[in-house]
Amino acid sequence: MTTLDELRKELAGNDRLTEDLRRVAEKPDTVGGLFPAAGRRYGREPLLDGWTTDEAARALLLAASPVEQVLAVYRYGDTAEKLAVLKALPLLPIGDSAVPLLEDALRTNDTRLVAAALGPAADRLDQEAWRQAVLKCVFMGVPLSGVHRLAERADGPLGAMLGAFAQERQAAGRDMPPDALALLDQLKEA
Amino acid sequence: MRIFDPHIHMTSRTTDDYQRMADAGVRAVVEPAFWLGQPRTNPGSFTDYFDSIIGWEPFRASQFGIRHHATIALNPKEANDPRCRPVLDLLPRYLAKDGVVAVGEIGYDSMTPAEDEVFAAQLALALDHDLPAMVHTPHRDKARGTQRSLDVIKESGIAPERVVLDHLNEVTVAAAREAGVWTGFSIYPDTKMSPERMVAILREFGPERVLVNSAADWGKSDPLLTLHTGEALLKAGFDEDFVDRVLWRNPVEFYGQSGRLDLSDVADAGPTFAGNSILRGGS
Repeated sequence: MTTLDELRKELAGNDRLTEDLRRVAEKPDTVGGLFPAAGRRYGREPLLDGWTTDEAARALLLAASPVEQVLAVYRYGDTAEKLAVLKALPLLPIGDSAVPLLEDALRTNDTRLVAAALGPAADRLDQEAWRQAVLKCVFMGVPLSGVHRLAERADGPLGAMLGAFAQERQAAGRDMPPDALALLDQLKEA
Repeated sequence: MRIFDPHIHMTSRTTDDYQRMADAGVRAVVEPAFWLGQPRTNPGSFTDYFDSIIGWEPFRASQFGIRHHATIALNPKEANDPRCRPVLDLLPRYLAKDGVVAVGEIGYDSMTPAEDEVFAAQLALALDHDLPAMVHTPHRDKARGTQRSLDVIKESGIAPERVVLDHLNEVTVAAAREAGVWTGFSIYPDTKMSPERMVAILREFGPERVLVNSAADWGKSDPLLTLHTGEALLKAGFDEDFVDRVLWRNPVEFYGQSGRLDLSDVADAGPTFAGNSILRGGS
């Protein structure tokens, strides 16, 4: 996984960001105005390993902020900002403070947020919440390929939930997504 | 016909409306923050509403191929409720968003001292955040409200070409044009303006600095009245380029002044306007 140090190195030449990180360290609530403007202030070019400049800059702004600011940035974030927070979560030393953010994202009907909550940050979700989240992906048509540690975490109870869902779909004359069927088969074999 | 509705409250509309709008050629909308039928009583109601028009609503619009931007403000009616005033302190967070292309709707409802104060404070926020301003003219006492709005705009120091004065009609259009602001017209089934009256105004004043919108909301309104205005213009002998200017290029020009208008995913969005990028990050 990409580390904060790697992101720092990539963006070391971005003078505006360097200056803003200094401002945030001095006055933490300035992050509230800088975080939303990241794309316009620092750029949006691709960097490394699927990170763009604005996402990486946002991760560094969060890393320079106290946990209450991280939570506020998520609370007031638009979708792109919330996605950036979810992406940065595994890199931030905020422990279980991250869980309510994941739960918030999973409550939405926005497929991008639901998918992002099941990335690496989902390691903090308990198994019951995680199973419901995976089922929600199947229901919403979110590809399961993005679910972090899917093969490892998928278990019997998830198989039972998917089986019942497949029956409902069949009764309605509707198809199950192929990735969900494959997972169901795999769990039956286990 | 490609249509950009520069003022429509999609929160109050159904998915059927989105489908009909997409079928009619609507490819972009701006949703201004405004009041709902039921008055709100606390800042949390506003932030949830703002979150909706910068979060859920753009997502919903995107499913119909429609690009959605928002304007954010404390509206004049609710500015009169002291319980809602703390919203002003939360606005800077929202005015920093990529999807927010103006401060609005601001202006007057009943022309109270509280409205004076909040109107001026939000014009100052527009200047601070380098955003255009969208100003609603009152439904009652409109002529006096229009003149007073123009005075406050002038006093604020914001450039008139960065302001649209909305819900104008035959009585109020001349003063707005003279002041150099953009002139907005809301086409409604019964009240405000009709497509035929709009044709007459465009014939008299031309297409410069004119925005035509449906202002469709939770009241009796119709999101396709932009299309019907375009059709009425063609029927009256205006050419397609004229209609495209009024219904597409003008709103792109006005909101493009924010530097945040992102039409990169919209089919046939056309070239950037006068070097003012309409692509993401073009400020």
